Amino acid sequence: MGLDKLQPDARAALDGIIQDGMLLAIGGFGLCGIPEALILALRDTGARNLTIASNNAGVDGWGLGLLLESHQVKKMISSYVGENIEFERQFLAGELEVEFCPQGTLAERMRAGGAGIPGFYTRTGIGTLVAEGKEQKEFGGIVYLLERGIQADVALVKAWKADLHGNLIYRRTARNFNPDAATCGKLTVAEAEMIVEPGELDPDEIHTPGIYVHRLVHNPNPEKRIEKMTTREG
Amino acid sequence: MALTRQQMAVRAARELKDGFCVNLGIGIPTLVANYIPPEVTVTLQSENGLLGMGPFPRASEVDADLINAGKETVTFVPGAATFSSADSFAMIRGGHIDLAILGAMQVSERGDLANWMIPGKRAKGMGGAMDLVSGVRRVIVLMEHNTPDRAAKLLRECTLPLTGAGVVHRVITDLCVLDVTPLGFEVIELADGVTRKEIEERTGASVRFTDVAA
Repeated sequence: MGLDKLQPDARAALDGIIQDGMLLAIGGFGLCGIPEALILALRDTGARNLTIASNNAGVDGWGLGLLLESHQVKKMISSYVGENIEFERQFLAGELEVEFCPQGTLAERMRAGGAGIPGFYTRTGIGTLVAEGKEQKEFGGIVYLLERGIQADVALVKAWKADLHGNLIYRRTARNFNPDAATCGKLTVAEAEMIVEPGELDPDEIHTPGIYVHRLVHNPNPEKRIEKMTTREG
Repeated sequence: MALTRQQMAVRAARELKDGFCVNLGIGIPTLVANYIPPEVTVTLQSENGLLGMGPFPRASEVDADLINAGKETVTFVPGAATFSSADSFAMIRGGHIDLAILGAMQVSERGDLANWMIPGKRAKGMGGAMDLVSGVRRVIVLMEHNTPDRAAKLLRECTLPLTGAGVVHRVITDLCVLDVTPLGFEVIELADGVTRKEIEERTGASVRFTDVAA
């Protein structure tokens, strides 16, 4: 039916919507809250020359690191890429273009893009390399930098629970960039651990209303790899 | 005697005031959480979307969905809240966080901070550092006074690409505590046994000393 967005699997969810040269926004912070199945499916489309806006670039052999290894990425828009050796190699060899974007500016660029705001002013980056070539404007004696909203061709996000209308609830810090990325995709695909019938989620607890989500995939057992396992005694 | 990393963290913990919301950077600043005085209650913010960060989990409590900005597994304290990255940086950019303590490669006498890039050598990205230093109300740098090969990190001008211009209020090193003032660096505390001469020799800018410093 019209509002039933569930696809049989991640491959089907990306069928016909991914093309060479596209701009994608992808949720996750490090490996936490990344859309694992959709990233694998994106790799399997074989699409090339992709530009990806994502806070990080995965690690070697997992997450967005998989797309770097297959040389499908032309450019990353990220705040921090330090966990990935293949990334550094491609970047230093000039095979990969990188736009370093401060983390909060990246989140706000996605949020703004999804909210119909083409640009916004922020103090972040004033007096740094980030400000080069960007318009500056003074408000109340303080100089701000104009940053552009991001509207992605496709956004890929990871939720904890979803209903068939695409209403999403995230879990703990796996939320991170996912709600922001979800709003800025012209077409947004969400991967969720649990999918329930409409009416089973409390409307007051929805983080991302289903209007932002066009396709849905069920991934009941994501790997959820941990980058840095830190524990205490007891 | 230069302070150890633990002693530096203890000193930095004295900057935390009761009721503060604080963001601690990666490295020595992370250790500060271990030395918060018992009479002081602070809320730790982690910019990946968490207010009310607790200690590392016990092995049985590890949750892949609950990490800090250093990608380490953590826990909640009672009353914690989670939110999106855009919301997290709205509270940072909007001046709602009282204090950030972070590491640095260089700090200038005007409070310029460089901590994210060495041209041609290292370019991993700035993460949330540029947002934090321009948005948080008070910024304290916690770092060694010199590089491992004894070069100055406190300088007249930073030579590395900046993270923020005129953003640092105070610097805590293994040798002393300095404030960034309109007249440049002012030493307000010396570590036991450290002399004014040693500070002058190991600092790449002129420094003034207040009466409290021996």
